[in-house]
Amino acid sequence: MEILVCIKRVPDTSENEIALNSAGNDIERDDLVYSVNEWDNYAVEEAIQIVDRVGGSVTVVTVGDDESEEVLRREMAMGANKGLLLADDAFAETDGRGIATILKAAVAKGTYDLILTGALADDGAGQVGGMLAAMLDYPFASVVNKIETVNDKTLKIGREIEGGNQEISEISLPCVLSIQTGINEPRYVGIRGIRKVASVEIPTLAAGDLGLDAAALAPKVKRLDYFVPALGKGAEMLEGSTEEIIAKLLEMLKAKGGLK
Amino acid sequence: MAQIFAYIVHKNGVADDTALELLTAAKKIDPAASVTAIVTGEGSALDAVAGQVAKAYNEVWKFSAPVFAYPNAEAVRPLLVKVLPAGAILLVAHDTFGMDLAPGLSIKLNAALVTDVVGIEGLDGSTLKLVRQEFGGQVSTHVAADVSTGAVLTPRAGSFTAAEAAASGPVVDKSAEAGDLVVKRRFIEVVAAEVGDVDITKEDVLVSIGRGIEEQDNIEIAQDLAKAMGAVVSCSRPIVDAKWLEKSRQVGTSGQTVKPKVYLACGISGSFQHLGGLKGNPFIVAINKNAKAPIFQVADVGIVANILEFMPALTEAIEEGK
Repeated sequence: MEILVCIKRVPDTSENEIALNSAGNDIERDDLVYSVNEWDNYAVEEAIQIVDRVGGSVTVVTVGDDESEEVLRREMAMGANKGLLLADDAFAETDGRGIATILKAAVAKGTYDLILTGALADDGAGQVGGMLAAMLDYPFASVVNKIETVNDKTLKIGREIEGGNQEISEISLPCVLSIQTGINEPRYVGIRGIRKVASVEIPTLAAGDLGLDAAALAPKVKRLDYFVPALGKGAEMLEGSTEEIIAKLLEMLKAKGGLK
Repeated sequence: MAQIFAYIVHKNGVADDTALELLTAAKKIDPAASVTAIVTGEGSALDAVAGQVAKAYNEVWKFSAPVFAYPNAEAVRPLLVKVLPAGAILLVAHDTFGMDLAPGLSIKLNAALVTDVVGIEGLDGSTLKLVRQEFGGQVSTHVAADVSTGAVLTPRAGSFTAAEAAASGPVVDKSAEAGDLVVKRRFIEVVAAEVGDVDITKEDVLVSIGRGIEEQDNIEIAQDLAKAMGAVVSCSRPIVDAKWLEKSRQVGTSGQTVKPKVYLACGISGSFQHLGGLKGNPFIVAINKNAKAPIFQVADVGIVANILEFMPALTEAIEEGK
């Protein structure tokens, strides 16, 4: 099975506090630690496991800039066979639809049976996978937490729906699936693994290579600003020494029935 | 002015709580809008939902067919593409159905898409201004959507107050317009969540842990605290993803809905998916080393501290007081 996994380089929110910059038009990006989007990492692991079972190859692709190469290499160190970087200044100002348009043009340059994305990334939109599927006229499923291959035309999949329940369906190939975290246990990537793929060439395609112009990428949705909303009531913050805080907290917990 | 539609999800013959929230969202786009609800399904359950929704919406379009017996976005999407007028604005709740339906629908309708909408500021010409959140709720953002060719919007559950059911619209059976739909994803079954050794939905006091616990070995620290308090340990999603605790202990929209009296959120950032599983207005104590964590916006009491140091100290203080 030929599998394409779409990945994104994002600020690692487990490593960073996200704050506004002084102008209020962006987050403070200096000193941010970036990594591969967590959902995408599960998607790559799943693709590698499928190929281990049924054969084929895994290609990882990202829309980004030169710095995005590091996440492609990281996922290649995990076991993805090929990397593909889609980079052009014209890609910077587009929206989710534009990203899906760029990916669709890249899909047309290969032959893929299965396309995976993460269910969400840093912007929380969860939109690119479903858009890409519609552009390709492929069936789609979101928040997938189980994939079984039935035959070369069909997958049996599970979707994580509300209440921790799992919805089981059969879906025809080729298809696009957006992957939920927890579907597998992504393997650890050590520094040695990354060194091994450090010199592998990663082809780069620009807008012209993909037959895209500014009109194709014109956004329908634009982010105007970033802001931190005025807190509602907000929490009563307990301050002081640890002993003082604990004394206050214990009183509150007793009053609210939090200690038995 | 674009026509506004709301696709209503339902279960067991009852419309989802979001049904009336979508109506409020629609009125924020255009206070004078005549809003049409769309329901799909089969049999008496669908009739019950249509009747219920008609008490609030100006009109209800009902589509009944075996293919809609289970809510499969791969069947509903081609239906909506067929029946929605050009330039329509469609609202659907941001749940796992909406996430399945909306992105592809926006492409097929050539409409703008804005997902997980938490606020609507209004329409200016053909520009709709909305509010979303990014980075797990750590920052908010205003977005401008060009809705001149229509829009698909997925409002977050609970972000808009439920509208009063004050209309009395007709239910129009449009099933004949569905025609043949090509569906390449076939629903088989729903597998119910596993039942664990404890039922966190019945507990009064929960010590809940998130990413801040850092390592599997540290879970013992939370168990010790829970034992001292007479509580039970629950958790947020990353702990289950890492397989450190069983799924039945996860609080959130994709886990359990809990109604404790006291909720100690330890090292939990407070994503809306997590908070969506917390009902009944508990007394929330948040302990997090990130002073900007969204959990502090909803907690009653906040403590900025490393839980790996704070929890053992709290456990010791409780033990000493006994």
